[in-house]
Amino acid sequence: MLGVRDLSISIGTPADSIDIVSSVSFEIASGEILGLVGESGCGKSMTSLAVMGLLDRGGPWARTGRVELAGFDVIRSQPYQRVATGHGGIAMIFQEPMSSLNPVMTVGDQIEEAIAVHQKASGARQTPKARELLEMVRIPDAAMQLGAYPHQLSGGMRQRVMIAIALACQPQVLIADEPTTALDVTVQAQILSLLRELCDSLGLSILFITHDLGVVAQLVDRVAVMYAGRIVETATVQRVFAQPAHPYTEALMSCLPDPGHWKQRLTTIPGQAAKPGEVRSGCAFAPRCRYAVQTCVDATPPFAAVSDDHRALCHFPRGVAP
Amino acid sequence: MTEPPLLEVRGLSTDYTAKRAGKTVRIQAVKDVSFTLAKREVLGIVGESGCGKTSVGRSIVRLAKPHRGEVLFAGRDIFSTGSEDLRKLRLKIRMVFQDPFASLNPRRAIGDSIAETGDIHGLFDNKADRQRRIHEALTNVGLDGVFATRFPHELSGGQRQRVGIARAILPAPDVVIADEPVSALDVSVQAQVLNLLADLQAAMGLSMIFISHDLGVVGQISDRVAVMYMGRIVETAATRDITDHPLHPYTRTLMAARPKPDPNIRIKAGIEIGEPPSQFDRPSGCPYERRCALATSHCKSDDPSLRPVAPGRLVACHNI
Amino acid sequence: MINGVGAFLIPFMRRPIAAVGLGILVCMTTAAILAPILAPYDPSKIDPIVRLLPPNAAHWFGTDQFGRDIFSRVIYGARLALLIGVGVVSFALITGVPAGVLSALYPRFGRIMMRLIDVLMSFPALLLALGLIVILGRGVTNAILAIGVVYLTTTSRITYGLTLRLRTETYVEAATSMGAGAVWTIRKHVLPNLISPMLVQASFVFAFAQLSAASLDFLGLGAPPEIPSWGNMLADGRIFITRAPWLLFFPGFAIALTALSLNLVGDAIRDRLDPRFRNMLNGNRR
Repeated sequence: MLGVRDLSISIGTPADSIDIVSSVSFEIASGEILGLVGESGCGKSMTSLAVMGLLDRGGPWARTGRVELAGFDVIRSQPYQRVATGHGGIAMIFQEPMSSLNPVMTVGDQIEEAIAVHQKASGARQTPKARELLEMVRIPDAAMQLGAYPHQLSGGMRQRVMIAIALACQPQVLIADEPTTALDVTVQAQILSLLRELCDSLGLSILFITHDLGVVAQLVDRVAVMYAGRIVETATVQRVFAQPAHPYTEALMSCLPDPGHWKQRLTTIPGQAAKPGEVRSGCAFAPRCRYAVQTCVDATPPFAAVSDDHRALCHFPRGVAP
Repeated sequence: MTEPPLLEVRGLSTDYTAKRAGKTVRIQAVKDVSFTLAKREVLGIVGESGCGKTSVGRSIVRLAKPHRGEVLFAGRDIFSTGSEDLRKLRLKIRMVFQDPFASLNPRRAIGDSIAETGDIHGLFDNKADRQRRIHEALTNVGLDGVFATRFPHELSGGQRQRVGIARAILPAPDVVIADEPVSALDVSVQAQVLNLLADLQAAMGLSMIFISHDLGVVGQISDRVAVMYMGRIVETAATRDITDHPLHPYTRTLMAARPKPDPNIRIKAGIEIGEPPSQFDRPSGCPYERRCALATSHCKSDDPSLRPVAPGRLVACHNI
Repeated sequence: MINGVGAFLIPFMRRPIAAVGLGILVCMTTAAILAPILAPYDPSKIDPIVRLLPPNAAHWFGTDQFGRDIFSRVIYGARLALLIGVGVVSFALITGVPAGVLSALYPRFGRIMMRLIDVLMSFPALLLALGLIVILGRGVTNAILAIGVVYLTTTSRITYGLTLRLRTETYVEAATSMGAGAVWTIRKHVLPNLISPMLVQASFVFAFAQLSAASLDFLGLGAPPEIPSWGNMLADGRIFITRAPWLLFFPGFAIALTALSLNLVGDAIRDRLDPRFRNMLNGNRR
């Protein structure tokens, strides 16, 4: 459904540019949830903005690569072309629902605004549709809540409203950029289960961006791990957790506090995350990798196949006989 | 007779007033919180937003004055001390703040921020002594001495948090309150800082109160855990007991809702989670009653107090 | 330190017109200081023979109705302008900053103080200055005091708002939790953050002080007539506006140019602050 091929984003003058994101490629099938995992600065948010087409607004970014929605080139076409050909497209929800919602408009008005643009429904039919959407995201007393203002709602409710607005666009793909990071853990659990339900019932594809491995394990079908602007591993969620192939993924897993090992030292990854443009040759993770050898420093690693549908950007992926 | 606890909190209550729909409402941010902290012990306080855990921490460092209750340090109430004793208190009970970006003055060099306490209280003999102590504090938190002349914007989040820790431990305190010290950090950096805190706690014999919303992080470093909900402590027990055998319904919900990094253990659909509480709508009985599967009419009318149900285990529930 | 000066000049290099403003101010200050050397004539020397001459080789700006050389008078007028500016800015800062800071740190005092400031601010600036001059009497010092009171209101408001915000910053709370008292907090956390906004404020107040002082002089309520001041020159030359417009043009132009240059410089300083703050905040994103 959604295909991203060789997406690269760089910043700066043509003579002196820094790659923020390099050759990112992934696919999300209909009804599938892909988790894009990485720590801050790895480029995951920039990737999502590029996929949404939000990067082109005259900023210092240079972007190359293709983004296809059901085979239709999304970025080279204008928004009205996409809507006209029925490629309703991509909707996005963000981390901080309070800043994404207009504080002086009621929730109902904001949803109706989205409906008016995307569903071409006339005024009278907008309100019932808005109510339907609120019910779809499981907001209790939907009819009453249409008249509520964002500050009257809790964080979890606001996030649900965000999802409702996103659904008003009747999208095929939903990009969720850390939507639960600012929420309490109990509320998070509810939002995650809501997303799963919506994905199953509407056949949505979801690109779920997060740094939280626990959330990844709970929600997604497949995982893409990013480091220093590149995708370093892709696999099904089971495989990534059971047998991580890239040393970074492996190290990340071992950093997590584990109830089985309270009060024992956590493993850490030495050094600091690579900044964009820092790495010129070889593997970006080599300076911090416990398995690194000279090849890793000299040569750019290939996106090697570890097994069916499991690849890692590494010269010596774990679990593969050299 | 075991040693008396280093820090004892008794019946701590903090209110604040807010206007809601034209009426002025009194909200109890913290209600009747009591616990003890022994020497070299790490107590974790865990809860979601609005539970009052940060208010408790702030009261202990005297950034906020509670309306009722006492906080006893080495047997003496910290709110009724003279100025000389208050000075000493400020050196003995220290805080590490959540936001590594906001907790350092962006216009002051790192070394100046770390040494601030010493400058205020005249702890340094001379410039050389001051330099040495700054250097020592930086080394203790794993940073090179050269950081002393840098400014906060040149450091990463993890490094800034280390500086915050260095600042807290400079006067060799007895108690450190860590208010969500790793919440704003990446996973790999979190691990580094948690290790650092554990190492320092062991090496310096610190008592620590570790406040967080993340049960995993709290469990990693704490000896005992107190779970808070809507201003009250609902359960206290050794860490192992909390995670393996949670008793209070809210603790169980917290444990169940926590996303485990194992795709084979997915949160069961339909577990009773309920809606989070509204700050303005505080019930008179048990605060958890509305979301609780075990609730009875007794729970609605009667607010349960924290009582022991087993050695070292306290629960505030009518039904346990 | 060198870095600081270099960094200070950056916004001026980016905006040439601001550099021009800075240049003009430097010239003005030099002129004021070196007035006795630069002025070709004694500004008070009366010479009826050469009265009301238009600008010529001997008298670059012409002469007034008493035969006094206008060019020399304008240069000496710069002295007074400088004095007024420095005086007003100093007064406004010395009274306004503590008023604002203490009001923010001590709410009960603050409530009273800010109401007083509100009362003062409810008067139009010139009216307030006039009222105070009537009470105090005319003269340069009283003019400085009167205008100073007018501008201490905005100064205290700005510092009040800034200090209130600073008070809630986490690093200030951290300092309090470590034992910092009010004095320490003010010294180490509040004042350093006030320097930049106060610099901007100073440049604008300096400009407004010129205009206010000129108005007072024009009305005869400021500097006494024997001291050369641009405002006095406007008052003296009023009746000759059709016959000898150069009596008004040059002092008027001097006033306008000074105020304009100060505004340009103030803008540049303020712009220097904004991007830096924005950069700092962006650097703080996780």
